[in-house]
Amino acid sequence: MKFLCVDCDEQMTFEERQQPGDGTFAAAFACPSCGRKVALLANPMESQLVGALGVKIGGRVLDKEQPFELIRGHMQGREDAFVEPEGAVPRAGAPRWSPEAEARLGKAPNFVRGMIKRIYADYARERGIAEITPEVMDRARVALGLEDM
Amino acid sequence: MSFRTYSEVTGPDRSGLGEQVAQQRARVAERLASVSAIVAVLSGKGGVGKSYVSAGLARACRAAGRSVGVVDADLRSPTVARLLRAEGPLVADEQGIEPARGTDDIRVMSSDFLLEDGRPLGWRGTTAERFVWTGAIEIGALREFLSDVKWGVLDLLLIDLPPGADAVADLHPLIPNLTGVVAVTIPTEESRRSVARALAAARDDGLPILGIVENMVGSVCPSCREAHPLFEGDAADSLSDEFDVPVWGRVPFGAGREPFVEMAERLAECTVRRP
Repeated sequence: MKFLCVDCDEQMTFEERQQPGDGTFAAAFACPSCGRKVALLANPMESQLVGALGVKIGGRVLDKEQPFELIRGHMQGREDAFVEPEGAVPRAGAPRWSPEAEARLGKAPNFVRGMIKRIYADYARERGIAEITPEVMDRARVALGLEDM
Repeated sequence: MSFRTYSEVTGPDRSGLGEQVAQQRARVAERLASVSAIVAVLSGKGGVGKSYVSAGLARACRAAGRSVGVVDADLRSPTVARLLRAEGPLVADEQGIEPARGTDDIRVMSSDFLLEDGRPLGWRGTTAERFVWTGAIEIGALREFLSDVKWGVLDLLLIDLPPGADAVADLHPLIPNLTGVVAVTIPTEESRRSVARALAAARDDGLPILGIVENMVGSVCPSCREAHPLFEGDAADSLSDEFDVPVWGRVPFGAGREPFVEMAERLAECTVRRP
């Protein structure tokens, strides 16, 4: 998918995407010449169709896809479907979790919790963030399109 | 108004949806590189005991000393995990999902481990026009069963397909080097017609049809051990003639593991080395 500024005959560049949590999807693009910005607004059915393909409009933010990312992100699954390996130790250089962030993570359904914990950790590590706080989680949710998780 | 088209705008497509799909396929190939043979079990029709045959084949191959995995591709009506006594929860880390271990250490992945007991397969998000996207997401889930499960080194991975003549055509793009298919039928004409459509789909896709298994050919008397017919028809023989494929075996009700021993040998002959 490409966006063209017709007036300037210039390809517009991707700026950001948002998933406000109502099932819709938005992506903003800007013209590098005139600065004009446009937003692509997709309805829930269109958003669901793209999500069903397991791809990200605007490209993937994190290099690594989590195991069962599509299944855990979309399926109405049982709470006890997944467990973490016994005795798992955090990877070297893994960011800390503030108590507030831990508490917030604990509210996520168990079906997705382990996966989104790793996604937030990858997001923080790739940006050199030492501690994950609720503010970091908010930024990551917007950047990664996790608003509905 | 005049403006350039997609192909004429030569800058990069940042979304790169095609590349993302290609990466998904590459992960499947990478994960399955350590699997010697991948065989789909199909029927085209529900209710012929396809999952029962898949489980029987898996157990017999395992008893013959082969390492075996089973993917339950019937996301909506998962059965084979229960037949192989495999249960969750699944152990998940950033490298992947450990398959559940069933009878004789057979590795199993199934939506049965993911769904609440008694609840149908459901997806979060809008239900509007769900027919538009449910097919895509179910194929995506099957893709993750293949790419994200730590299958390890396997001699054989069996894929228990859902009913439907086109099920194998949906699977084939995910596994271009699929070793072949095994068809399961019951003796009736209705089953023959349905399985013939599924085999035609496999043949049209260029897939080797390895063999035919006729299930429910009779009921074994617990006293005399003789099999008495349950259905009229000769579906396996007719399909064998039509598609020039051998009948690997016939399975009566209550037959236990015995009929699958020879089938496992036939399967081994076909799957020693994946092309």
